[in-house]
Amino acid sequence: MAYSDKVIEHYNNPRNVGSLDKKDPNVGTGLVGAPECGDVMKLQMKINPDTRVIEEAKFKTFGCGSAIASSSLATEWVRGKTVEEALSIKNTDIVRELSLPPVKIHCSVLAEDAIKAAISDWKKKAGEGDAVTQAGAAQAHS
Amino acid sequence: MAIKLPIYMDNHATTPVDPRVVDAMMPYFTEKFGNAASRNHAFGWAGEEAVENARAQIAQLIGATPKEIVFTSGATESDNLAIKGVAEMYREKGNHIITQVTEHKAVLDTCKRLEKDGYEVTYLPVEKDGRINLDDLRRAITPKTILISIMYANNEIGVIQPIAEIGKIAKEKGVFFHSDAVQAVGKVPVDVQKDGIDLLSISAHKLYGPKGVGALYVRRKNPRVQLTAMVDGGGHERGMRSGTLNVTGIVGFGKACELCRLEMAEETKKLSALRDRLKEAIMSKLDETFINGTMEHHLPHNINISFAYVEGESLLMGINDVAVSSGSACTSATLEPSYVLKALGVGEDLAHTSIRFGIGRFNTEEEVDYVANRVVETVNRLRELSPLYEMAKEGTDVSKMNWKTA
Repeated sequence: MAYSDKVIEHYNNPRNVGSLDKKDPNVGTGLVGAPECGDVMKLQMKINPDTRVIEEAKFKTFGCGSAIASSSLATEWVRGKTVEEALSIKNTDIVRELSLPPVKIHCSVLAEDAIKAAISDWKKKAGEGDAVTQAGAAQAHS
Repeated sequence: MAIKLPIYMDNHATTPVDPRVVDAMMPYFTEKFGNAASRNHAFGWAGEEAVENARAQIAQLIGATPKEIVFTSGATESDNLAIKGVAEMYREKGNHIITQVTEHKAVLDTCKRLEKDGYEVTYLPVEKDGRINLDDLRRAITPKTILISIMYANNEIGVIQPIAEIGKIAKEKGVFFHSDAVQAVGKVPVDVQKDGIDLLSISAHKLYGPKGVGALYVRRKNPRVQLTAMVDGGGHERGMRSGTLNVTGIVGFGKACELCRLEMAEETKKLSALRDRLKEAIMSKLDETFINGTMEHHLPHNINISFAYVEGESLLMGINDVAVSSGSACTSATLEPSYVLKALGVGEDLAHTSIRFGIGRFNTEEEVDYVANRVVETVNRLRELSPLYEMAKEGTDVSKMNWKTA
């Protein structure tokens, strides 16, 4: 299996590895995947409640090189974006950026799910309860 | 001594050809290149002599006689020939075959095909240690059972089955016993007489011989086993397998077997010491590591370890100057995790974290130390990246979480 240079780069130098405080009201935590599938991603974002800009993002992933790269890339991309802009990130963008082969596309889908799950969590905490987003994330993941 | 990278430690997948084997093969490419079946000239006679010599070398390694060795293109073909050959020949006698769940695909898929043709196959389960239960075997035998096929040692976890006991049971009940001994021949003393084996599959490229050649041992006495040939043609190999013999491959195969026979005792000592050194170096420096399969009945040069919370393919990527393999779904063509580990009852999450190490004749202590360090280093790095490790350290029981709603 030949990895693209970008995947290798993210694997060797993953961006934004770590954790944010789950209990912080401005932090949204998304935990997607399952150990039995061999892929689990945790993506966290610290969001400014006034500007709705994602100021910080951190990730941790249990999964193959492509999964690690997809989630690392996701944290890079959401930083500095507003919540709405982040929601428009598609897994196909990740596939293109990392040159993922067909057998690894599911890794990018999981990364997109992780972004949506983190935002959904933040919205719930902020009392926004966006039913459309939550339903979308649940559907994409099942 | 400087280590040459990358390091090869995947000797269950294949082995490098021993230089002494290459030397033995060389004359048969350009000088003594005759077809061993050419009965009328010196070129043919030279080929025939070389083949018969190799036959004897292989027979000697497993306690058989030369006439009982049938050359094939490899162990997959030998497995097909043994199982399909017996099934077809003894169809009137019965249609039931017994095998077990951790067999190589060459056996399992052959059995699946026979099921489509109306045969009944029992797939015995294995216990946590990776071995079948002998009572399960006894109970499974019926008056229609014509073959038991149980591998000598497993290619993923290195566990050795209770072969002599199985041989005894098979003999008692008058059922032929086939064993895919690819991973065992040349590594542990395999003796078809002592072990009560009637058919045995061997592969050259697993014991420092060339790829593309193997053999099937077919018993001639007590009892005599007959087979329907799977490849028809000029009637080679006593009608059991037609086709011009791969003389160069066979010469290499024979030489490789001779070297194994002469060097096995010493080599076993060396390889198990290296394997234990690797095991100790890795497991003493990491927590939450688990060996898959019992170490009590085990190949001397193999170990299969699960590293909790770290996925196998990402681990392999991190030790990219070391060649080993993993039971993770991500490393398989079908995205299914190892069915062997599943059969042992290893949870799928741990199956994804497993690495198989197969130490070989040409590995050194320095290489083992290097590999151990790289593994420990990479596991630690990936655990820093792992949300599961983080949760486990916080005290969450990862196995009890409901992942759907996470």
